[in-house]
Amino acid sequence: MSEIEFLNWVRGPGFQIAIIIFVAGVIIRFAEILLLGRKPNLAEAKGSEMSSGLRTIITRSIPDKGTFQRSMFTVVAGYIFHLGLFITIFLFAPHILMFKDIFGFGWPSLPTPVVDAMAIVTIIALFAVLIHRMRNTVLKFISTKEDYIVWLVTILPLITGYIAFHRIGMTAPTLLAIHILSVELLLIMFPFTKLMHTFTIVMSRWYGGAISGYRGVKS
Amino acid sequence: MSASLDKGINALKEQVDSSVAAFFSSCTHCGMCADACLFYTETGCPTATPITKVEPLRRIWKSEYTLLGRIGKMFGLNKKVDDELLTKWEKRVYDNCTLCGRCSMVCPVGNDIALMIRKTREGMAAAGHAPEGLIGATKRAVTIGSPMGVKLPALMAQINHVEKDTGLKVPLDVEGAEYMLLLSSMEIMNFPEFIEAIAKIFTKAGVSWTISTEAFEATNSGIQIGVSDIAAELVQRIVDAAEKLKVKTVISPECGHAYMAIRWDGPNLIGKPFNFKVRHILEILDEFRKDGRLKITGKEEQRLTYHDPCQISRRGGVIEQPRNLINMFSNNFVEMPDTGKMNWCCGAGGGVSTNERADKVRLKVFQRKKDQLDEIKPDAIVSACSNCRIHLEDGLEEYNMDIPLMSLTETLAEHLAD
Amino acid sequence: MTNNSNKEKTLGEVMRSRGVSRRSFLKFCAATASMMAMSPAMIPKIAHALESARRPSVIWLSFQECTGCTESLTRAHTATIESLIFDSISLDYHHTLQAASGHAAEEAREAAMNENWGKYILVVDGSIPTDNPGYSTIAGISNLDMFMQTAAGAAAIISVGTCAAYGGIPHADPNPTGAYSVYDVIKKFSNNQLDGISSATLAKAGEGSVVSKPIISVPGCPPIPVVITGVLTHFLTFGTIPELDHLGRPKAFYGQSIHDRCYRRPFYDKGLFAETFDDEGAKKGWCLYKLGCKGPTTYNACATTKWNDGTSFPIESGHPCLGCSEPDFWDGGGFYKALSMPTENITQTAIYTAAGAAAVGVALGAMNKSKKNNAVAAHNKTTIDDLEK
Repeated sequence: MSEIEFLNWVRGPGFQIAIIIFVAGVIIRFAEILLLGRKPNLAEAKGSEMSSGLRTIITRSIPDKGTFQRSMFTVVAGYIFHLGLFITIFLFAPHILMFKDIFGFGWPSLPTPVVDAMAIVTIIALFAVLIHRMRNTVLKFISTKEDYIVWLVTILPLITGYIAFHRIGMTAPTLLAIHILSVELLLIMFPFTKLMHTFTIVMSRWYGGAISGYRGVKS
Repeated sequence: MSASLDKGINALKEQVDSSVAAFFSSCTHCGMCADACLFYTETGCPTATPITKVEPLRRIWKSEYTLLGRIGKMFGLNKKVDDELLTKWEKRVYDNCTLCGRCSMVCPVGNDIALMIRKTREGMAAAGHAPEGLIGATKRAVTIGSPMGVKLPALMAQINHVEKDTGLKVPLDVEGAEYMLLLSSMEIMNFPEFIEAIAKIFTKAGVSWTISTEAFEATNSGIQIGVSDIAAELVQRIVDAAEKLKVKTVISPECGHAYMAIRWDGPNLIGKPFNFKVRHILEILDEFRKDGRLKITGKEEQRLTYHDPCQISRRGGVIEQPRNLINMFSNNFVEMPDTGKMNWCCGAGGGVSTNERADKVRLKVFQRKKDQLDEIKPDAIVSACSNCRIHLEDGLEEYNMDIPLMSLTETLAEHLAD
Repeated sequence: MTNNSNKEKTLGEVMRSRGVSRRSFLKFCAATASMMAMSPAMIPKIAHALESARRPSVIWLSFQECTGCTESLTRAHTATIESLIFDSISLDYHHTLQAASGHAAEEAREAAMNENWGKYILVVDGSIPTDNPGYSTIAGISNLDMFMQTAAGAAAIISVGTCAAYGGIPHADPNPTGAYSVYDVIKKFSNNQLDGISSATLAKAGEGSVVSKPIISVPGCPPIPVVITGVLTHFLTFGTIPELDHLGRPKAFYGQSIHDRCYRRPFYDKGLFAETFDDEGAKKGWCLYKLGCKGPTTYNACATTKWNDGTSFPIESGHPCLGCSEPDFWDGGGFYKALSMPTENITQTAIYTAAGAAAVGVALGAMNKSKKNNAVAAHNKTTIDDLEK
């Protein structure tokens, strides 16, 4: 297989396979969760489940002062790499073209040098997170193989993307193809790992907020 | 003698619903729940990390309710829930968790971890992995009517004392009363001043109230040990009494989990809504305040702080009422560094105080409360949960701190204007 | 076409007889040296080699092609040195250009082969059909036979144009004729994956050990003329083939991508893109990435040597690079689809998948629900007697 054939494969059939697994997996996971259902709460309500749930979806993004101080590293590094992932994935001009091709609409991009710098920041933050995970007593104890695999499939597109953009080491088509392949790996892993929190966080925050809010506690 | 692993596993299967599935799907193993849990912060032991306490429930969810888990089950690849696991987890689930729910407030993906631990206890108890102390208390609650073994004559004796001391009548089994008061065994045995305070306040407020001789016990060991069937039975006794006396409102006393049991879990345990209201005593007192039924004289000048009982504040939603009430009789009220819905547990809720095995750890984790108190150096602590109160006293003694503890209701009663 | 007497002359003699001055000849040598990334010290060596070289015999075979490559090489506006070099080799067979036809033409080829066996250069343009020998024949000889026979006696093979180098348009999906590049055909031959080769060819091919012939690919649709002459110059100067990349292309010309040498690159780096062919960005000469430019994945010398006497190259005239010097450039999902876009219709894929997955999800969800209901039904009321084992 020549490098261009490789590139054409990852842009074509490879991407299709990844999208099929991703879309099917995410929808199946959603159905599995939601169709389990929940018993209606028979206690006299003190607050609205719906509005409390929606509120928590937003407010849980900001930790209270004490929590911030206690979990500062996790919060700061977490914010940086999530923001970095958002910027590199969604605000890089070539990526927006891909979304435009799929969704039929696009949005403005950030200047390329900004995205480039953000990629480095994100990679550094992810490495910091990994070191933290391997050294912190709690994280070492609770981490499973999946946590490390997910870390790897998350950072791979960043590193391969950075290398492809700067064209280091190999020919451009190969680098681009490897980058796209790493994204496909991410897409395939997505529905079956904790990466699903990207979507299910809306549900879990809603449930958490609704359970609290029903009792009149803003969470 | 029929607890079994199969029953436990079935109970765990019953506990999984869409919220649990969403919670497990969202957990990223970030570890922030550990920083929110006093059993971790004060022991440094990673096994106290809240989300790991629900491992039995997680395994059942994964292998029974997810596509990948179903496939894994077919090939025997899944991690199993067995007696070995449950034995190992017993301490984590019962001794190292007070169901305080602080982790649930901190989890960045919004997981109600405390709820999941509560659900995990259903499986543990059904599989015969509940701690001895809690089993004993639960048996007493069902057979005698009180986890501490308090029977009606004991209550009657205390009521006689109160009536004699105050000259006030404590109405028993009054049909059609507005309020029916529940009591915790601890109040009956250790703090009869509470009954006296209620008698004073309610008489002054001019409302009709009563205590049922058939169902006066507010505590519910069933929700602590994690057996909904037993919890429902205990709730049903109160419901029957309230319906028999046709009261409008049932009052939960100064006890955290009792409020959770009757106010929030009760209707769900028995499977139908109540035809009466349930309120915490602090909610009632705050209503009296709003209605101008509380006349107060003399303000305390000493530095007072309020310890939020988890099940009343964070898990119960009664947060601003105690503050409104304390400000009625205090000129010098200070909040702890983390307060209200973010307050730290005393370390003895959720059945921990009933579980002798956890005596050492509950005193160790009291360090968290000590640190909080050291920061504000109050002259006295007000609270609204007898269990918190007893443990706080224990802890203060252990750490050689001399800070008196006051019941909010009792202190309020002392400041009633004549 | 050159006549036979010219064959005896050196290249220098031919040039002088054509009135090429020493000065412009040296200029050409210097340009060639710089283009091929050689040191200036090499210029005299090139000049000497070119002047004294005996013009090698070149056999040019055209298979499934469009003559675009020949057009590119021959349609220079003026008589350039490059075209003279090209003109000055002994092009013994090229059925578009040669005067002879029919049997005479084929005889010329056979004669050249016999005379120069093992020494001639074989130039191929067009891809070779392998499915059915009848898809493309010349003088009743299938392309495959003619190629294998001629390749057997070549000193080197130059695959001119994308069709010969990678299979090109005939090879594009669904490749109805089973067309393959020179390289692939030889690879298939060595793997015994070719049918329809005549026994005569097999004998001949074995004689010249086709498998070990050096192959130089000069892809492009069409390739840049100077690249062909550059390769020939190198061969004439050193008697060897130039340094090649992993796709058999001379590194001197294909070492850098269009993107790396593109004068619009600064706009890419800044994130300034033309969104359409007539917007402000297009007028300002911004990067054409979003309009489907394949410059980033295409290795060729267009951006430096340019076309039409150094006038411009596609991007300079406002059109994105098609990537014509890379394999399978026809199958890259469309010339106007940006490199970062998927080549298939992902929207449709996603919608169909979603519909299917929704059904599966509902089924799995229902299974979950019934499993849970079963658990609830199987519930044995727990009493205080059931708390211990």
